[in-house]
Amino acid sequence: MTSGPHLAVALDGVGWHPAAWRLPEARPEQVLTAGFWLDQAVEAQRGLLDFVTLEDTLALQDDPFNPSTDGTDRVQGRLDSVLVAARIAPATEHIGIIPTAVATHTEPFHLSKAIATLDYVSTGRAGVRVRIGWTPQENAHFGRRDIGTPRLADAHLGDQRSDIADLFDETADYVEVLRRLWDSWEDDAEIRDVATGRFVDRDRLHYIDFEGRWFSVKGPSITPRPPQGQPVVATLSHAIVPNRLAARSADVVFVTPTDRADAARTVAEIRDEQAKAGREQETLHVFGDVVVFLDGTTATARDHKKRLDDLAGAEYRSDAHVFTGTPGDLVDLLLDWHAAGLSGFRLRPGAVPHDLTGITRGVAGELRSRGLFRNAYEADTLRGLLGLSRPANRYAA
Amino acid sequence: MTKQIHLAAHFPGVNNTTVWSDPEAGSHIEFSSFVKLARTAERAKFDFFFLAEGLRLREQGGEIYDLDVVGRPDTFTVLAALAAVTSKLGLAGTINSTFNEPFEVARQFASLDHLSAGRAAWNVVTSWDAFTGENFRRGGFLPQDQRYARAKTFLSTALELIDSWRGDELAVDKAHGVFLRDPDAGSFAHRDDHFHISGRFPVPRSPQGRPVILQAGDSDEGREFAASSADAIFSRHGTLEAGQAFYADVKGRLAKYGRTHEQLKVLPAATFVLGDTDADAQERADVVRHQQVSGATAIKLLEQLWNADLSGYDPDGPLPDFDPVDGENTIARGRASVRMHRDPLATAQEWRGIAESKNLSIRELVIQVTGRQNFIGSAATVAERINELVQADAADGFILVPHVTPGGLDEFADTVVPLLQERGVFRTEYGGDTLRDHLGV
Ligand SMILES: Cc1cc2nc3c(=O)[nH]c(=O)nc-3n(C[C@H](O)[C@H](O)[C@H](O)COP(=O)(O)O)c2cc1C
Repeated sequence: MTSGPHLAVALDGVGWHPAAWRLPEARPEQVLTAGFWLDQAVEAQRGLLDFVTLEDTLALQDDPFNPSTDGTDRVQGRLDSVLVAARIAPATEHIGIIPTAVATHTEPFHLSKAIATLDYVSTGRAGVRVRIGWTPQENAHFGRRDIGTPRLADAHLGDQRSDIADLFDETADYVEVLRRLWDSWEDDAEIRDVATGRFVDRDRLHYIDFEGRWFSVKGPSITPRPPQGQPVVATLSHAIVPNRLAARSADVVFVTPTDRADAARTVAEIRDEQAKAGREQETLHVFGDVVVFLDGTTATARDHKKRLDDLAGAEYRSDAHVFTGTPGDLVDLLLDWHAAGLSGFRLRPGAVPHDLTGITRGVAGELRSRGLFRNAYEADTLRGLLGLSRPANRYAA
Repeated sequence: MTKQIHLAAHFPGVNNTTVWSDPEAGSHIEFSSFVKLARTAERAKFDFFFLAEGLRLREQGGEIYDLDVVGRPDTFTVLAALAAVTSKLGLAGTINSTFNEPFEVARQFASLDHLSAGRAAWNVVTSWDAFTGENFRRGGFLPQDQRYARAKTFLSTALELIDSWRGDELAVDKAHGVFLRDPDAGSFAHRDDHFHISGRFPVPRSPQGRPVILQAGDSDEGREFAASSADAIFSRHGTLEAGQAFYADVKGRLAKYGRTHEQLKVLPAATFVLGDTDADAQERADVVRHQQVSGATAIKLLEQLWNADLSGYDPDGPLPDFDPVDGENTIARGRASVRMHRDPLATAQEWRGIAESKNLSIRELVIQVTGRQNFIGSAATVAERINELVQADAADGFILVPHVTPGGLDEFADTVVPLLQERGVFRTEYGGDTLRDHLGV
């Protein structure tokens, strides 16, 4: 691998712009089919990208940055992203696959074995992005707990308790349980010793005995340790509280800098939290998220975005930086931010397929022509692509 | 009228039916094993592929049970992946109604049904024990007598969510910018003793509408649950008399729910051993039984009935001279079969009688009295027997449990299936695309 940035794409239906589905080449009627997702993953793999992420929540799509009056003008309805990931895994060979899971309302035991199994069916290319489920809508779908009144704004308050901080702390416990369960089987636990009749060596299976403020989990997992040992854990962060979750728990964190200085500041804050969490020796990749509207010239890229904004009746807004221009100009920006400390980028295509191929052919091709991106996949696992070694098992003697 | 037979392939499970010591035995966790069995089943035109579930590693005598296969994948994840390597085969997963929430299970099955283009099935089980609950944040709080109450409302609530989309809500009108015809599509509000939930279900209607529902309980409540709500029932009663009695019982319960006999398929679990001749098969079956029940396994199985530590006993010697320990079975945890011994004293008496009259050691007795293969014989004999049982209303078909992973179905697919097809009692091509099409439900 070269010293250039890692490159990933964030798949979300027909693209991140709310009007993307109305473009002639869009296939919105197929968003609930396997082929729709497989085609995008295959395209990303053709571009030799590190991984794809699959957006998900436990509710219908809702974009607070680009509100809709009644939701009827948007793509609505989506599939469980862990299942989508599993469905595309056997039909791809190299690319990492990172679905999204909501920690707040789900069982860590179930998710741990689901991601371990995703790692088996992809032979070592699984990851998972964990997120909190803070909305009243998601909470009402489960009707099981009082999550208080979490406010996203409180995530910026690093030095005081809040309901949102509790949800992130709980998510850190949740990831701890995922990780312990992945290690709860030693790699060589299955012995098939015909002489003694033992299939496993039970001394190499471990109770995790996790007990925390929100839940306890006994273990061991019912699923043997996955091929990567520890599948990749990712989070998205915009503020100090989720930065702490990333620093404690993640291998990759997606951040949303507005410019180079902001990128440098964000990386420094995460490194600081990483040191406080005692993880300075471990790799934590900080990826910058950028929404992209791409075309051959700046003028035509602007036309492309304007067309979408006109269809939506409003200018597109995002938590992440919005780039409109040529792949070459985008690469200049990415390299500038890369120099400020970001190890890679997760690009969000404004419209699919247009901006997806803009990424996989345009941006990846431009990086490659500058000698800064792979010419072939150099590793078989997602950890390998990210330069992460296969970790030792915490329970192995 | 001649009935058409339904067949399913059970991925070998984590009990002693599965012979992992066989030289042919492959991985129980690598995806390639699942692909292999599923492709064999699809090549043979089976109705569906089936995965059981157990959410805690079994223990006996306070230690993880190590004599059987240990370890299994996540059900939804493997089935979604299998959808990529098969195109017609149904994909059935056992998912429990205690350690899940209706919203997430409904979302997962609806997603699986989309991703498989209409091949999803849900085997609803009701395991509830606190032992398993220790793996879950929600715990194992459910009293035994409430499990079917919860299962019933769990299932009906999950189906209510799935039904919250009728199927005509997506306009996808690019020109006018109308994706959704109905701004309230997917709305639901449900309140009962177990669930109080509301909102909007995020998965539009899937190809089958509802996944096929299977049920695998044996008690009176379990049978009633199946009669009211299931499309198929997975039973333990694979012999002629027991099968007929069970069949008549559950089919007899359908009328009061306004359902016909065709709407609930009865599919017992069945094991098989084939041979070139019947005698050859008998010989192989005997070898398999001895592989399935080693001396160590015989002692462990006996402990499950005796509810006591019998590790000091010689499997080649006689039964213990004391009676099973009364009271709650505490020796083995995490397995449904323990509840099969509903009257341990009577069962022990019966076993003692058999052992004494035939002068059997512990191991030979256990080999005789537990889990003998359902179908033993040449392909012709087995095909004949399967058809007889189905035509005699002991079953509508079988969920076959091979004892070797992943190749244990190959011989059946190659030799028995063609004979059933010749008789005109099993499909030679899939007639439709969905599992509902295959099962006719
Ligand atoms: C053939 C058969 C297969 C079963 N498979 C499973 C299984 O894979 N996982 C599980 O948790 N329970 C399984 N069960 C247990 C039942 O779902 C149910 O919980 C148990 O039989 C107790 O209910 P009952 O009293 O109605 O029999 C199975 C039962 C039968 C009869």
